[in-house]
Amino acid sequence: MRLLDSIFRPPPSKSAALAKERLQIIVTHERGNRRNSPDYLPALKKELLEVVRKYVPIDQSQVKVHLDREDGYEVLELNITLPEEEQRVTQPRPNDGGA
Amino acid sequence: MATIIVVTSGKGGVGKTTTSASFATGLAQRGYRTVVIDFDVGLRNLDLIMGCERRVVYDFVNVINNEANLNQALIRDKRVENLYILPASQTRDKEALTKEGVERVLNELKVGFDYIVCDSPAGIERGALMALYFADQALVVTNPEVSSVRDSDRILGILASRSLRAEQGDEPVKEHLVLARYAPERADRGDMLSVDDVLEILGIPLLGVIPESQTVLQSSNAGVPVILEDSSEAGAAYSDLVDRFLGKSLPHRFISTQKKGFLQRLFGGS
Repeated sequence: MRLLDSIFRPPPSKSAALAKERLQIIVTHERGNRRNSPDYLPALKKELLEVVRKYVPIDQSQVKVHLDREDGYEVLELNITLPEEEQRVTQPRPNDGGA
Repeated sequence: MATIIVVTSGKGGVGKTTTSASFATGLAQRGYRTVVIDFDVGLRNLDLIMGCERRVVYDFVNVINNEANLNQALIRDKRVENLYILPASQTRDKEALTKEGVERVLNELKVGFDYIVCDSPAGIERGALMALYFADQALVVTNPEVSSVRDSDRILGILASRSLRAEQGDEPVKEHLVLARYAPERADRGDMLSVDDVLEILGIPLLGVIPESQTVLQSSNAGVPVILEDSSEAGAAYSDLVDRFLGKSLPHRFISTQKKGFLQRLFGGS
């Protein structure tokens, strides 16, 4: 393709070719990111929060969900920060205020 | 039932309002009852491009807030029959564009119109999201330039995930590429992304290529949609675009320099 271009086109400044190459890389990357943080992540996070809350009072900011994709495999990373020992309750509580 | 078309781009200054004005005018010229809505709350400009800025009394937000009814806010175009403009408000309160409010106004408009053209603001904030949310089809306006192409791709992602059609799992929003400010001689020299380059990257069907043209600025100076300047290349390109949108199969003009035009035809790159 490059060869054909160089025969049929006058010596170009090639900046358009560079633009295209850069765009293809960044656009592919960004599309990948879009598909990688799928719609179910917010719902997953919400449900996890509800489950954990049955046992430990935590709030939204203490649950972190992150999906990573590295060539060919995906890693779902969950990070739930539990509160200090004295704040914990052993019995399920209907509300999580106070303590 | 009216078809809702959003004119969007992500990036600013690529020709959304110019395209909205000419596209809506072209549809109305062909006999379709058409309304064009400015979604750029706080920075209205469609009125200037359409040349009706001195006739704005009530606006889109007034209608949403029930401070005026649609008949009071709609501006009837004086040049083209069947064409109406719903201007944006100049208030800075973007929160005024609620999903419920926009939906109610669109539903009301759907009764009396064939086409509702939504002129989106730049960016991906509320105004832009509201402009595309109810769309059936989208004109994605792109310039042959890296930041514009990237932003268009971003908008395509949003159309595919955050529109009502996407949320309801309906048939997706139908996407059309409008490549504006194209300079064929620069593309031929390799200084500018070509039509084919942009098509390859974005991967959506091409509705029209609008050549870079002095007439666009001149007609915006005068408040006349450029499609009405039918002797100009940009005006003719918009006319073709409207015909293509309505189903006519027309070759793309103004995408190659004179010499190259022949080669292009020879190799089928219509």
